[in-house]
Amino acid sequence: MTETKGTVTAVNGNMVGVRVSGAVSMNEVAYILVDGKRLKSEVIRIRGETAQVQVFEITKGIKVGDGVEFTGDLLSVELGPGLLGQIYDGLQNPLPEVAAKTGNFLEAGVYLEPLSRERLWAFEPKHKVGDNVERGDCIGVVPEGVFEHRIMLPFGLAGSWTIKSIKGKGSYTIDEVVAVLTDARGAEVPLTMCFKWPVKRAVECYAERLRPSQPMVTKIRLIDTFFPVAKGGTYCIPGPFGAGKTVLQQVTSRHAEVDIVVIAACGERAGEVVETLKEFPLLSDPRTGRSLMERTIIICNTSSMPVAAREASVYTAVTMAEYYRQMGLNVLLLADSTSRWAQAMREMSGRLEEIPGEEAFPAYLESVIASFYERAGIVRLRDGGTGSVTIGGTVSPAGGNFEEPVTQATLKVVGAFHGLSRERSDARKYPAIHPLDSWSKYPGIMDSRAVDYGRSFLARSAEVASMMKVVGEEGTSLDDYLVYQKGEFLDAVYLQQDSFDKVDCSVSPERQKRSYRLVLEVLATEIDAKDKEDARSWFYGLRQKFLDLNGAEWMSHRHAALESEIESLLVGRSKGRDKQAERLIKVLE
Amino acid sequence: MKKVYSRIESITGNVIAVKASDVKYGELAEVSTRFGLSLAEVIRLEDDLVSLQVFAGGRGISTGDEVRFLGNPMRVSFSDDLLGRIFDGAGEPRDKGPALKENLITIGGPSVNPAKRIIPREMIRTGIPMIDLFNTLVKSQKLPIFSVSGEPYNQLLARIAMQAQVDIIILGGMGLKYDDYLFFKEALEEGGAIQKTIMFVHTAADPVVECLMVPDISLAVAERFALKGKNVLVLLTDMTNFADSLKEIAITQEQVPSNRGYPGDLYSQLASRYEKAVDFSDAGSITILAVTTMPGDDVTHPVPDNTGYITEGQFYLRGGRIEPFGSLSRLKQQVNGKTRADHRAIMDGMIKLYSSYKDSLEKKSMGFQMSAWDKKLLKYGSRFEAEMMDLSVNISLEAALDKGWEILAECFDPEETGLRSELIEKYWPVKTAG
Repeated sequence: MTETKGTVTAVNGNMVGVRVSGAVSMNEVAYILVDGKRLKSEVIRIRGETAQVQVFEITKGIKVGDGVEFTGDLLSVELGPGLLGQIYDGLQNPLPEVAAKTGNFLEAGVYLEPLSRERLWAFEPKHKVGDNVERGDCIGVVPEGVFEHRIMLPFGLAGSWTIKSIKGKGSYTIDEVVAVLTDARGAEVPLTMCFKWPVKRAVECYAERLRPSQPMVTKIRLIDTFFPVAKGGTYCIPGPFGAGKTVLQQVTSRHAEVDIVVIAACGERAGEVVETLKEFPLLSDPRTGRSLMERTIIICNTSSMPVAAREASVYTAVTMAEYYRQMGLNVLLLADSTSRWAQAMREMSGRLEEIPGEEAFPAYLESVIASFYERAGIVRLRDGGTGSVTIGGTVSPAGGNFEEPVTQATLKVVGAFHGLSRERSDARKYPAIHPLDSWSKYPGIMDSRAVDYGRSFLARSAEVASMMKVVGEEGTSLDDYLVYQKGEFLDAVYLQQDSFDKVDCSVSPERQKRSYRLVLEVLATEIDAKDKEDARSWFYGLRQKFLDLNGAEWMSHRHAALESEIESLLVGRSKGRDKQAERLIKVLE
Repeated sequence: MKKVYSRIESITGNVIAVKASDVKYGELAEVSTRFGLSLAEVIRLEDDLVSLQVFAGGRGISTGDEVRFLGNPMRVSFSDDLLGRIFDGAGEPRDKGPALKENLITIGGPSVNPAKRIIPREMIRTGIPMIDLFNTLVKSQKLPIFSVSGEPYNQLLARIAMQAQVDIIILGGMGLKYDDYLFFKEALEEGGAIQKTIMFVHTAADPVVECLMVPDISLAVAERFALKGKNVLVLLTDMTNFADSLKEIAITQEQVPSNRGYPGDLYSQLASRYEKAVDFSDAGSITILAVTTMPGDDVTHPVPDNTGYITEGQFYLRGGRIEPFGSLSRLKQQVNGKTRADHRAIMDGMIKLYSSYKDSLEKKSMGFQMSAWDKKLLKYGSRFEAEMMDLSVNISLEAALDKGWEILAECFDPEETGLRSELIEKYWPVKTAG
């Protein structure tokens, strides 16, 4: 708390004008004192003696003349052991604890401790007295679920320090001093197991940033094979309502091969978060066998919660992701949806009476989106290990039109684009990622030439399909028709994936390679067909077998039997194989 | 008693400004004009200048009129006495009954803690096969009915109001034509549902500000009943009028418009209403059905577009029928596995066949020859439309499923339906005549 005091002079929506006496800093947190409640807010503009603050609560009941306290701190989150498995609002308020205190409704002005003050953590020191350390260095570890949670020097503690004293092995709360540091001038700093970090500043305690090159496996075929995402990369999923953005995010949050998933439910339906909240504790993580909740943090600021906190929520989420990255872990941040976040900025910009840009979004929209996605990355830490933050954001473009500002600003900065299409979702082709419009700049799990070969069939098949609409099936040559059927086949058995089937919902890279090789064999084979009807029914039969194969347990008897059935179906109709594809198939083996 | 201010500094549209002190944001005031008293809400404070939005509109207000602050935000009386009554957007009686002033509750309260929500699990039966069978309405769901002017959406709402198995119905009318208001009143009286209904009606002729109050009042009352353990169905018609009122007021307040003149916070405004739909773990529930007319039948118009992102699916009402394509209840999977073993299979199977019927119909209209299969589909399609889709059909879910089997059996052979054999064995009607 600083000496600066203020009084309310104006209220307009969730923006409040405050006359201040003394120093005030930009983005500082202030509390408005109303009827015995303290409403959290953030300074967003300073002009002379007037500061304008955005209030993270409903502003009803505020009067001109109400007092304001300034904290001197920027909007921060508390970092320490115990974050995993938590459900926070956009300001790191733990929602289950809030519910225990205030019941069904979110009352204004209730702020609880984000981390348990009583819980004991088994601390094990990793440094001894006399060691030299600097910010971000790990002085000891505590076990948190399956992870070794590093207790680090606060990221903002500049300079080099010497450990003056450090606690031995034992159990401590996060508020107990576990070490004392001194610097060359003799200044002393006590360290506990938690510290605060301003959410809008990227954490930069690492040796260097690396280029994202390792694929982050999502176990979704269409993504891993065709539009891969790299660890430390960024991707966006724009799509109209009902195209399956949220389901895609939910599936990813369950199956992605990462250590930790941070879910930022930003301005979306509460019901969807509830499904995650209630189901994750019951689902087990196939990698560790523990509950999925133990690797998940949920930041939940749904559409009816105050707008200013929605703006903060994505930053809260990315800060926690960066914190765990500093421990050498791979973290995936899923933000659903970044459009709501952008709209929150638009609302504030309107109240500040800034000159609007396109569709009334503020002129700084692009730079803010860019700097958010730039917080993703894979880094080499000072201890030589690596850690990464991957960011995947959904975009909800107005009218499903990708030409709008948020989609366009996002496309400029992400490394992969998974565009969802209404036509595909209407045809129940899930995931509804458009295979021709989407792209990725990252290397995937397979040889890119093999992927391109498959994609060429999709493109040609789409051409034939649009031609057939004009000239009819009878006006299409058998060769073209076979290409069309091959494209449809690839789409039906490989691009589409049943996220409700217990086998097909997550496909390992190994299995993807094997399936894709078999698909390539089909694509490369010159099919012997009497006429189109014959071709169609043969492909339908093949498709059915392949779908059964997709549903068969990996490497089971059934799996092997179906594979050889498909092989023999293929041999029975083969007139030869494309030479180019032969080589690609070899590569995959 | 609060001080009375008798000097209005400015009047712009529906917004007046007075110099006053000790006024809270969101507080109500009474303005006495030559036409009587009107409520007004504080929408902006700037030093000692207080801007108020006058419910009855700015027309006829004089700078010498009196403004008296009431010290409380907008409230509505809550008790069982509300049942069977009709009010306007300001909460004043529209019927001949007495004004209610007891047990006042604040409207537009805080949002429900997501941690206290539960996964919805119970269906609401409406007696309409296109809903019960194909897109089941689930307790605590929020669903819009996307339609265009001229479609019988109010008739549909009235039918649902009369037939839905819920404890209490709250009807919020926004910009209703007076005829439509009378239609609802009479339909509910005749249907015998009026005793469990509360109506908050803003008609097209009423001041625009009152239109904005209707969803908040309706939902505040619904919330209280839900907390008392009641299952409440809130019917709102028409949310596009609500959005247009928002637009009108935002523009007169010189806010920067975002998309087709609508304010930038349209999504948040709509969401804060729709998200009131809830199923309390230890009390009742609120389900919301809201008509949203699409200007120019354009689903990408900002109002239906934003609504679609908020709600859990949508019903399309076109040509007097609920469209099977495009209509979607996102929550139906939560309940339709527990109704009857053949529910999901009939739901998917009949829609697939109906979609094939549409293809055949297109072929027919282009003059192609009809195969035997096409003829079967044509027969099926017309029966499906007449006996399932027609809004006058009024049967239980079980009867609708039986009807589905009957139609299938009369049009197809069992293996042509694509339904699983064990279901066919169990439910396929013994064929009497083809």
